[in-house]
Amino acid sequence: MIPGVDGFMYPNETELQWSILIVLYPFITGLVAGAFILASLERVFKVEAVKPTYRLALLTALSFLLVAPLPLQLHLGHPERSFEMYLTPHTSSAMAMFGFVYLWYLTVVLLLEIWLDYRVEIVHLSKHSTGPLRLVYKALTLGSDNVSEGARRIDDRVGYTITVIGIPSAFMLHGYVGFIFGSIKANPWWSTPLMPVVFLFSAMVSGIAAVMLLYMAAMKVKGLRIDMRCVDTIAKYLFYTFVIDFTLEMLDLIHRTYEADESFRSLNFMVHTRLWASHVLLQIGAGTVVPLALLAATQLRRFSEAARKVIYVCAGSLTLIGIFAMRWNVVIGGQLFSKSFLGYTTYKMDLVTREGLLPAILLMLLPFAIFFVLIKLLPPWQHSEASGD
Amino acid sequence: MRPTFRDAGHLIRPAVLLVIGLVVFMMVRGAVVPKGFGKYGHYRAGYLEVARSKPIQYAGQEVCASCHDSEATARAGGRHAKVSCEICHGPQARHADDPSALKPKLPDVATLCARCHEKDPAKPKAFPQVVTAEHSGGMACNDCHKPHNPHL
Amino acid sequence: MEMNRRDLFRFGGKLLVLASAGATLEQIIGAEPAPEAYKQADHWWGMIIDIEKCIGCGNCVKACSKENNVPDGFFRTWVERYEVPEGYTNPKVTSPKGAIDGFPLPQPTDLKAFFVPKLCNHCADSPCTQVCPVGATFVSPDGVVLVDKEYCLGCRYCVQACPYGCRYLNPETETIDKCTLCYHRITKGLTTACCENCPTQARVLVDFKNPKDPVHEFLRTHKVSVLKPQMATEAKVYYNNLDGAVR
Repeated sequence: MIPGVDGFMYPNETELQWSILIVLYPFITGLVAGAFILASLERVFKVEAVKPTYRLALLTALSFLLVAPLPLQLHLGHPERSFEMYLTPHTSSAMAMFGFVYLWYLTVVLLLEIWLDYRVEIVHLSKHSTGPLRLVYKALTLGSDNVSEGARRIDDRVGYTITVIGIPSAFMLHGYVGFIFGSIKANPWWSTPLMPVVFLFSAMVSGIAAVMLLYMAAMKVKGLRIDMRCVDTIAKYLFYTFVIDFTLEMLDLIHRTYEADESFRSLNFMVHTRLWASHVLLQIGAGTVVPLALLAATQLRRFSEAARKVIYVCAGSLTLIGIFAMRWNVVIGGQLFSKSFLGYTTYKMDLVTREGLLPAILLMLLPFAIFFVLIKLLPPWQHSEASGD
Repeated sequence: MRPTFRDAGHLIRPAVLLVIGLVVFMMVRGAVVPKGFGKYGHYRAGYLEVARSKPIQYAGQEVCASCHDSEATARAGGRHAKVSCEICHGPQARHADDPSALKPKLPDVATLCARCHEKDPAKPKAFPQVVTAEHSGGMACNDCHKPHNPHL
Repeated sequence: MEMNRRDLFRFGGKLLVLASAGATLEQIIGAEPAPEAYKQADHWWGMIIDIEKCIGCGNCVKACSKENNVPDGFFRTWVERYEVPEGYTNPKVTSPKGAIDGFPLPQPTDLKAFFVPKLCNHCADSPCTQVCPVGATFVSPDGVVLVDKEYCLGCRYCVQACPYGCRYLNPETETIDKCTLCYHRITKGLTTACCENCPTQARVLVDFKNPKDPVHEFLRTHKVSVLKPQMATEAKVYYNNLDGAVR
């Protein structure tokens, strides 16, 4: 009898292959895609109200995107060979092609857009800051100090175009991750055409919630006033996106339960036993229904500013926990049952090993450290302060 | 006032960076991708030869019979005719290469015979199987059955 | 009789010619024929497993493990023991340590019971090679699914994609490992370690491109199936008399 295994599992299946690090990865790329979509709301869809979070959203996206490959590298048996994915990418492999989507998104979308939006300040700082920081800014100017009216106009137009291209790119960035799971016919928990769509919408939900929370936290820390019109609008978009996300996830669940194919009995048992806490209580209950109810309440009734702030912080935090739980349930849940449908295993997560809880926590903290450096290097609110908003 | 081309000059810089990056990548790729990759399919063709050259542990019963013909003859006449030598005697390719240097150990009869012949409802009904605890009254299997020609 | 020098030379010359002719003849007749190089285009490998013959001894598992240095706790092949009640949806299945020591504690039962040896099915349309991001695992030109352990990243995507659970991460090399159909043996005219060590010939290596291989007649005259045919992987391991309850 193998400890932790109930029923029968194929002998090679009893140990999980993809650990918490692989749970982190879609969570992080989801935050990136979601944050970017929020930024595009202002730039492309002219939702003026969320303008205060535009730069914050871009920097959030960048901080998380830089960390995204790290859990993967830690997980690989041979991280030193990971560059092979760029040298000899297998075009039939979603994982390989994702490497290029990532690179495209990082360079042509995110870095370029941030550069174009910040160029005026970068040039200014390259001339007026002191010490080693000056060299950093000089390098960031890429050698050009043209900030004339015409140049700014061009930056704006090109930035707009990049954002337009960036929206489908963000969809690809996270839709692809969903496809990596959704295209595996061997695993019925993963294999569904809904997977990329569900991943995408839950990504948008998590990204919007993250930027909302970061904005409120940043304003609090800096002692500035929170723009309630901005936060109210973000919360509204969060609510509607969440409704779509919840609908899609319920559709998947109802469809499975109704069709009750061969895998259903085994998966149903798994959700009722091993995944009860993480799926039903955490993901659906505390992580979706409660924040949806809180946000719906703010849409239906007028609360005071203080009350709204509390509701938004609670809803946003629970949302992030819920979306993380969703990634956990997909990745870990997909490996807890046997492909023979006759048994289940347990995920033993260690603390201080390469794929343990501690590296996972550190990797989740790292983007915030990078974010902190980025907002010092490229302050997001100087723009609005300088132009007297 | 329409922006002039001079005002777009700074856009050349990231474009140039991108092109340089692409060129460096293509150069690295040309140098590092293993020769023969893609010859038969999306993999290193050279690996096929490596896969074929791994060391062999089981010699195969024809090799055993080429020296041990008396045992082979005894076996051929009995019910173990198709039971390969190395099933009981273990992998002997190295012994076949250098017979005097590596003498195989005799298999442990107590556990060995039961592995195949212990009664199990999942085994084909026609296959000879007994409940060993009741069958021999504590005697070893080879007290009565000769392993190379076991039928009594 | 006196021999002068010219006679001696003539005699010696004839002797030399005869000797060299003899030596050449010996070379031609007595020499071994040069070993034929393996032509991969002439082969398309698979296996037939006859459930009616399997006795669950696990010798195949042990032999594979010894032939291929399989690490403890991981399995390139294994045997499952099925007990199937009426209704086929709730079989009781066991595989103690993959059956490397057989099934040491057989339980008496009235249910339909049988053994099912399993291994990599060397699928012609394999889902595992489809997902490999770098081309470290592939279907060879002669139909064997291999893993290039110098190129594998250890991402485990192929392990997730295999419907049969036959792949694992080798903890020593940190790369993916699986049954290679004993590629190093079959390309030298030997059979696989598991087939060699099966006492009842329940497992037989087959070569679909060989017109004389018994597989053609066997497939024509027996009811066979593959594991999980709904996955459409074009598996090349055929099972004779496989019960519908087998997963």
